[in-house]
Amino acid sequence: MDATAEQLLWMYEKMIEIREYEETMARVYLEGKLPPKIQKGLAFDIGAGPVPGEMHLAAGQEPVAVGVCAHLRADDTVVGAHRPHHFAIAKGVDLDAMTAEMFGKDTGLGRGKGGHMHLFDPVVKFSCSGIVGAGAPQACGAALAAKKLGRDSVAVAFFGEGAANQGAFHEALNLAALWKLPVVFVVEDNKYGISVEKSASTAIASNAERAAGYGMPGVLIERNDALAVFKVAGTAVARARRGEGPTLIEVKTDRYFGHFQGDPETYRPKGEAKELRQHDPIPVLGALVRDMGLLDANSDAGLRQRIATRVQAAYDFGRNSPYPRPEDALLHVFAE
Amino acid sequence: MTTATQAKARMLTMAQAISEATAQEMARDPRVFVMGEDVGKYGGIFSATTGLLDKFGPDRVMDTPISETGFMGAALGAAAEGLRPISELMFVDFFGVCFDQIYNHIAKNHYMSGGACKYPLVITTGIGGGYNDAAQHSQCLYSIFAHVPGLKVVVPSNAYDAKGLMTTAIRDDNPVVFLYHKGIMGLSWMSYFEGSTNEVPEEPYAIPFGEARVVREGSDVTIVTLSQMVQKSLVAAETLAAEGISAEIVDLRTLVPLDRATVLKSVAKTGRLLVADEDYLSYGLSGEIAALVAEHLDSIRLKAPVRRLAVPDVPIPFSRPLEQFAIPQVDNIVASVRGLMTAKVY
Ligand SMILES: Cc1ncc(C[n+]2csc(CCOP(=O)(O)OP(=O)(O)O)c2C)c(N)n1
Repeated sequence: MDATAEQLLWMYEKMIEIREYEETMARVYLEGKLPPKIQKGLAFDIGAGPVPGEMHLAAGQEPVAVGVCAHLRADDTVVGAHRPHHFAIAKGVDLDAMTAEMFGKDTGLGRGKGGHMHLFDPVVKFSCSGIVGAGAPQACGAALAAKKLGRDSVAVAFFGEGAANQGAFHEALNLAALWKLPVVFVVEDNKYGISVEKSASTAIASNAERAAGYGMPGVLIERNDALAVFKVAGTAVARARRGEGPTLIEVKTDRYFGHFQGDPETYRPKGEAKELRQHDPIPVLGALVRDMGLLDANSDAGLRQRIATRVQAAYDFGRNSPYPRPEDALLHVFAE
Repeated sequence: MTTATQAKARMLTMAQAISEATAQEMARDPRVFVMGEDVGKYGGIFSATTGLLDKFGPDRVMDTPISETGFMGAALGAAAEGLRPISELMFVDFFGVCFDQIYNHIAKNHYMSGGACKYPLVITTGIGGGYNDAAQHSQCLYSIFAHVPGLKVVVPSNAYDAKGLMTTAIRDDNPVVFLYHKGIMGLSWMSYFEGSTNEVPEEPYAIPFGEARVVREGSDVTIVTLSQMVQKSLVAAETLAAEGISAEIVDLRTLVPLDRATVLKSVAKTGRLLVADEDYLSYGLSGEIAALVAEHLDSIRLKAPVRRLAVPDVPIPFSRPLEQFAIPQVDNIVASVRGLMTAKVY
């Protein structure tokens, strides 16, 4: 399946937007967390600053999000994991509300209840979870609902290679194949589950091979490349939409930042992230769209400028929005 | 003071104390080994296993896949064969993915075997909020473990206790759940209560389970508490003392076994009880302590009704003002005690 000019440009634009979003967050996140030393022995305070708590960024992993989401409609479901921003942006989650959520503001997707790992947008059917492996069965449920309701929508579960060792992953694969559900499982292999390398956590090299054990197609994508993901995902999504059942895809991708911001990364060879950035997938797609004459240098610069402005506006919105009232903590335990 | 080492107290963080106890028991007993996510090179996300890999190597300090059901079940299986595993559940919140192994098997197999089989294992796990990690990474949940018969439950509040209790946990022939609050581990990347970092002797020592500690004596009110809330209560007690209110603080240290005698003795003395807890309010620890006192009103005279301070039955919210509201703070302890001083029983 070849990408149309429109799809190529969309993927390029979204990758830039995701990268801009993550690089901005990396800066904003540090605000207020370093000096002044508020306590003896404290180098960094995870609970301080305008965006407190854990922060898992996905810079480098853009191809997975855009290559798959290019095939999705608003009524298709995406379930992400603890590193969710790239999927959320590619799925079309409202950027202002998502950002406000990370600042813990009342205008956020979850009115400040969820934070960055727990983003819920029913409008574009996006959700995620901080519990590793939790998403795959949930995507099965969305796909089951589509089937029961006679819709041709599909569901996609995205998660890391670390999550593929959870029981939930294996149970979900069996369910999906057994019930022939319109679901696509996408494993992002960024080599690490926090500090543990895939080779130290997983008995086989490629999770795609595991698909055979559950009776579904499995495809390994060895390059962190949006077009390569686009092609394979196109086949998988179309198969699901036709009612022919699930597919398991694994993509070898790169994590440029630490597992979370503030990760000392002592487990990772020095300079590895820098080396990975030499193979940045964004300029690769940029060169392609320019070669194809879809974009010239001028419009490329304009595009980047527009995106930077858009992302900055979302951060301004998040920062300037009001906090919820403290006692609002008591709301939303049950539906009214 | 004759030597420099005697002159200078050896201060350890709670994280250092836990890993020291573990290292000493591993050196003493070759059957002890550690497994869990990121316990090796990383040294544990909350530094509870720092230095162990270098000392004991990858056969005894094993990084696991993210497969909690797998390695909790494996801990049971290895313990049944006579090994003494320490199995780390990175955050207590993740118990959800492996609780069958814990509550249907680890907790019950000894009983169901009529005492024939033993499961000497320790589950270590990080608990607590206060740093905006939201609803899936901030819970305490010790009450859930304590509710299930067959698990000993340890919840230390400081480094000295943590070392002694960890040693006891490893030597115990029963499954022990050892829950350490992240906000008192003395981590370099999270603001913490400094009272939890204290003097810890280098030589191994064991603190028996089921012995609460009166960490501050007082005459007007008893605060029964545990974990990080002990440190908050100590700060609150200073404020209260300035107002002429004398608070006694009882640190439970272990929930199973529970030192009921110390609680009752203190409440009998002060006549007022506040339970300060970071777990959910309903159906948990605070209710248990309140019930204990209620059951002894034939021998204890209360001057005020029992008060409970806990998370008001909502998941832990992310946003700072919401989280500060949901998790009891020092000011809430002070206010609750003031309220107790003017309350009356009829
Ligand atoms: C059930 C559960 N176990 C452990 C964790 C802690 N944890 C959070 S992210 C992570 C690593 C996940 O690795 P992977 O699935 O490969 O995703 P990546 O972080 O590489 O994107 C771990 C162990 C968790 N959140 N949930």
